[in-house]
Amino acid sequence: MRRQLLSQHLVHVLMNNSAIGSAPSKPTRDPGLPPDTLLKWYDEMLLIRRFEEKSAQLYGMGKIGGFCHLYNGQEAVSTGSLGAINPEDYVITAYRDHGLAISKGVDPRAILAELLGKHTGTTKGKGGSMHIFDREKNFLGGHAIVGGHIPIAAGVAFASKYRGEKRVCLCFIGDGATNIGTFHESLNLAALWKLPVIYIIENNKYGMGTAVARASAVEELHQKAAAYDMRNEVVESGYDVLAVHKAVKAAVDHARATYEPSLLEIQTFRYRGHSMSDPVSGHYRTKEEVETQKKLDPLVVFAESLKRDGLASDEYFENAEKRIKAVVDECVEFAENSPEPPADELWKDVYFERGGF
Amino acid sequence: MAVVSIREALNQAMDEEMTRDERVFLMGEEVAQYNGAYKVSQGLLQKFGPRRIIDTPIAEAGFAGVGIGAAMVGLRPIVEFMTWNFSLVAYDQIVNHAAKMLSMSGGHFHVPIVFRGPGGAAHNLGATHSQALESIYAHIPGLKVVMPSNPRDAKGLLKTAIRDDNPIIFIESEVMYGEKGEIPDGEYTIPLGVGEILREGTDVTVVSWSKILQHVTVKAVQRLAEEGISVELIDPRTIKPMDWELIFASVRKTNRLVIVEEGWPFAGVGAQIVDEVQKHCFDDLDAPVERVTQEDVPLPYAHNLEVSSLPNIQRVIRAVRKAMYLD
Amino acid sequence: MATKILMPKLSDTMTEGLILKWLKAEGEKVKQGEILVEIESDKADMELEAYDSGLLRKIIVSQGGKAPIGAPIAVIAAADEDISALLTDVPPPGASKPQPATSPAAQAPAPATAPAALSVTPSPVVETGKAKASPLARRLAEENRIDLRRISGSGPQGRVIKRDLEPLISGKVPAAPVSATVPTGETKDVELSLIRKTIARRMQESKQTAPHFYVTMDVDMEPAMAFREQLNAVSAVKLSFTDLLVKACAATLLKHPNVNATYLGDRMRQFGEANIAVAVALEDGLVTPVLRNCERKGLFQINTELRDLVERARNRRLKAEEYQGATFTISNLGMFGVEDFVAIINPPEGAILAVGAILEAPVVRNGQIVVGHHMKMTLSSDHRIIDGAVAARFLQELKATLERPAQLLL
Repeated sequence: MRRQLLSQHLVHVLMNNSAIGSAPSKPTRDPGLPPDTLLKWYDEMLLIRRFEEKSAQLYGMGKIGGFCHLYNGQEAVSTGSLGAINPEDYVITAYRDHGLAISKGVDPRAILAELLGKHTGTTKGKGGSMHIFDREKNFLGGHAIVGGHIPIAAGVAFASKYRGEKRVCLCFIGDGATNIGTFHESLNLAALWKLPVIYIIENNKYGMGTAVARASAVEELHQKAAAYDMRNEVVESGYDVLAVHKAVKAAVDHARATYEPSLLEIQTFRYRGHSMSDPVSGHYRTKEEVETQKKLDPLVVFAESLKRDGLASDEYFENAEKRIKAVVDECVEFAENSPEPPADELWKDVYFERGGF
Repeated sequence: MAVVSIREALNQAMDEEMTRDERVFLMGEEVAQYNGAYKVSQGLLQKFGPRRIIDTPIAEAGFAGVGIGAAMVGLRPIVEFMTWNFSLVAYDQIVNHAAKMLSMSGGHFHVPIVFRGPGGAAHNLGATHSQALESIYAHIPGLKVVMPSNPRDAKGLLKTAIRDDNPIIFIESEVMYGEKGEIPDGEYTIPLGVGEILREGTDVTVVSWSKILQHVTVKAVQRLAEEGISVELIDPRTIKPMDWELIFASVRKTNRLVIVEEGWPFAGVGAQIVDEVQKHCFDDLDAPVERVTQEDVPLPYAHNLEVSSLPNIQRVIRAVRKAMYLD
Repeated sequence: MATKILMPKLSDTMTEGLILKWLKAEGEKVKQGEILVEIESDKADMELEAYDSGLLRKIIVSQGGKAPIGAPIAVIAAADEDISALLTDVPPPGASKPQPATSPAAQAPAPATAPAALSVTPSPVVETGKAKASPLARRLAEENRIDLRRISGSGPQGRVIKRDLEPLISGKVPAAPVSATVPTGETKDVELSLIRKTIARRMQESKQTAPHFYVTMDVDMEPAMAFREQLNAVSAVKLSFTDLLVKACAATLLKHPNVNATYLGDRMRQFGEANIAVAVALEDGLVTPVLRNCERKGLFQINTELRDLVERARNRRLKAEEYQGATFTISNLGMFGVEDFVAIINPPEGAILAVGAILEAPVVRNGQIVVGHHMKMTLSSDHRIIDGAVAARFLQELKATLERPAQLLL
C-alpha cells in the first residue's frame, strides 16, 4: 500500500522530468529566504556530497577504518532541517553524522581529521566517524547505538525548558530506530512533558538491508506519533531542501511557541551502502531502484530550481565545484598532516576533574 | 550530633543540595506525589514543586536518557531507580552513553548525574529483585560506584556525589533505610574514594560494605573478638575508585585478608581486591585471601534457600578462621 | 592528470579484492562518480566509482584477477598523456600478486646445520625440592637466612607460615628436622652441564692416573681461634679460618718443594711460588679460583682477594686465568659440620688438603681435662712425587704453624 503511494509519487515527478522541481515537487519556497541563504545551502549540500565522496576514497585507501556511514543522497535533509534553526539550538543524531555536523557548522577539517584518527579531530581521535561532537556548535553527537540518543534528545529539550529557554533540539533518527523501545519511551516522555524536541526520521527506506515494510508494522512512520498524541508530518519529497526546510521550520516554530514536540518523517534515499563495507545494491534493493532514485538527486533538483528562479547560472555551479573542491582538498591536507593522538591521550577524558561549567 | 535514619540522611542530602544548586533536580518512578517508593524523597515535592521533583512513567531507559541529555547541557540530575534491578533496562544508557560520553566526545561533554536507589536482596523477592550489581557497574570505565553503610556516610557521600562532575552509581540498601545513626550537625561532605577503618585489629583484615557489612560482617567480627581474634575491619564506602592504600596498609600489618560481599563470586568486586592485593602485597600474605560471597546461582524465593545462598555470620567466621589457619 | 586506481579497502577486514567485472573498457571515457569496476571483498560485492574523469587508459588487473589493498588495478588519464611511469612497478596484467612463499629465495633448501639438536635437548634442570611456604614466610626466611626446607610447616599440606618461623627469628627454638611428609620424588635423567662434565672428566683422570694416599692430622685450634678473635676485634676486615689456612699453607709449601710440585713423567716441577686454589661449591658443581703468590701476601690481602674471587666464582664471573695455574688446593667442608674427609687431587697438582670442622673435644691441658677445639686435616698426595714421610712432615709443620699463629703475621 505504502510502496504504491511512493512509486506513484516518483512516477509523477519523473513524468514531468522536463521540469524537475515543478509540480508536484515544486519547491514552495519561503519568500522570506534571501537568495544568499539559498546559495549558501547549495554550497553546503555540495560540500557534504564531495566530502563524503572523499571519505569513501580515503576509506578505500585504508586511511579511514572501522565503520563509516556516508550521507550521499540525503543532503537536503541535513541542510533543509538545520537551515530552520539557530546556532544556539541543539542537534543530535545517530552514526550517519558527517553531513549534519557540517550543516551545524562543525569545521569539516576537524571532521576529516577525526575520520583519519588524528589528534586535531573533533574528538581528538577518540570517537571516530560515528561520534562527531562539538560543544561550541551545540552538536551533541554522533551516537552509534541505534535508539540510544533518542531519550537523550528529550533530556536536552528538558533542560532547555527547565531553564525557561526557547532553544529547541533536533533529533535525527533512522527509519529502523522507530522500532526500538527507547523511541517509544522518548516520544511518550516528550509529549507527556511537552519538551521542545523535534524528532526527524530520515526514512531512507532501509534499516541496513531490511526494508521498512519488513521491519515496521506501521509503514507510515510519522503515524507512530499518533500513539502519543504528538504533532507529526511527512515530507515525501525529501530530496527537496525547500520542502524539508518548510516542514522543519513549522515544527521548530511550534516548539518555540508551545514547548511541544513533533515527529517528522522525511523520505530520502542513500546512494551508498549502509556503511562503507556494505554494497550499494544487492539482495535488498536493486540497482534500478538506486538509479531511479538518483534521478531525483537533491543537488540537481535544487540547482534546477535556483536556475529557474534566476538565482544562479551554470557559471555559478562550475565555480561552486571549484570552491568546494578547494575546501575538501584543504580538509585532506589538514587531516593528513595532523599528528596522531599522543600516547597519554589514552588516559584523558575518562573522568571529568575540572569542576562544573 | 543528631540521630537520623539512612532514609532521612539521604533526604537531607538531596534537600540541601537542591537548595544550594538550582541545577539539581530529582526524577524517578513515584518520587513526587507518592513521596518515594521507600519514602526517601518524602516532602521534597512540597518544598521544590513539580518542576524539580518529577514523577516518571515506568520507562527506565527513557528517563535515564533524559537525565543524561539534561546533564550534557548543564543540569545536575538525580535519577532514582526504584531498585537497581530495574536499571538493567537502562544499562545501555548508563554504560554506552553516561559512562562513555566524556571520552567519546573527546572532552566536549561530561555527564554530572547521580543514579541512585536500593540494591541487593531484601527478603523473598526472588531472583530478579534481589541483585547486588555493584561489580557490573564498577567494571565500566567512566563510572564511580558508591555504597554507604550508615546514615553519616549516606548523607556525606550523596552530597559529594551530587557535586561530582561524573556519572555516579549510588547504591543504597533496601532493608537499611530505617536504620539509625549519628550524623554531624551542619554542613559536611565525605570524599569519594576514601575508606574507613571501622575497627582496628592485628590478626586479619576484613573488607566489607553496605548491608552485608552491617548485618553480617560486624556481627561476625564481634564473635571472633570474643574468641580472641583481632580483626581489622574496613568499609571502603566507595567501590570505585577503591581506597587501595588503606587496604594495602592493613594487609601489610595483618598479613591476612577476607572479603565479604553480597555479590556473586565470578568477577566480583572481591575478585578485583584479591588481584590488587596479590600484586601489591604478595610478600606480606601469610595465607590465601578468603572470600565470602553469595552462591553462584540466581537467588531463589524460598526463605531457607535464600538464607543458604547469601553470606552469613557463620561463613564469615569460617573464612576468618581459615585465613588464620585455625581450622 | 594521470591517476592510478588502487584496490580499495571495502571493509575493515578485507586484505585483497577480486575483480568481478570491468564496466569500462580500456580507452573508454570515464566521468567522476561513474561506476568503474565491480569488486568482491570478503564481505560483499561492491562497486568502485571513479574519483576522477578521463580515459581508462590501462586495466592492470583484469577480470578474475586478485590484488591486495592499495595495489594499482588501472590507470585513468587524459588521451594524450604519457602513463609509462605509472606502469613501471606494476605486475603483469591479470596476475595475482606472487605470494612470498613461492619466491625462489623461500624455496632454497634449509641450511644443513638446522638446530635440530637444540629442539630435542631438554634444558638442564636441577630439582632441589622447593619448600611450600606463604609469600610472607618466604620473605621472612630470606631476611633471616633460614632454610625453609628445614622447617616443618604447620599450614595445609605442610605450608610454612609466619608462625612456624617466629620462634626461630626470636632465637628460642632450633629448626626442626624436615618432617616425614616429604613427597616421593620423580626419577628422571638430567643432562649434565658443561661444568659437571668437566669435573667428571678431571676427577676420573686424577683418580686413575695419580696414585693417591692420605695422611690425616689433628690440629688444636684454640690458639688460632684466639688469634683470629684478637685480630677481628681491632680490624674492620673480618678474617676467616680459610684465610689463616691459606696463609699457613703458603708458608709451609715453600719449605716442602716436593708437595708444591707437579709430576711430568720423567721429571717433576717444583714451584717457587704458592698459588693456592680454594674449592667453591656451586649449585651444579664446584670451581677452584686461584690466589696467586700467597707467600708474598699478608692475611688481610688474602682475605680481600679471596672474598672477591669467591664472590665472582659464585656468580660465574671468573676469568680463565683466575681458575688455572694453581700449585696446591684447599677444600674445606667444615661449614657443613664434616669432621674429616679425603679429597681427590686437582690435577696436575701434587696434593690437596681436605679440612674438616672445628669441633669441641676434651683435651689435657696442664694436667687437666678441659674442653678444647680441634680440627682434622687430611692431605691427599700423588705418590709419584710425594712419599708418606714427606706428606707427614708437611702436615706436621702446617699443624705447628696453625698452633702458633702469631708467625702468620711475619
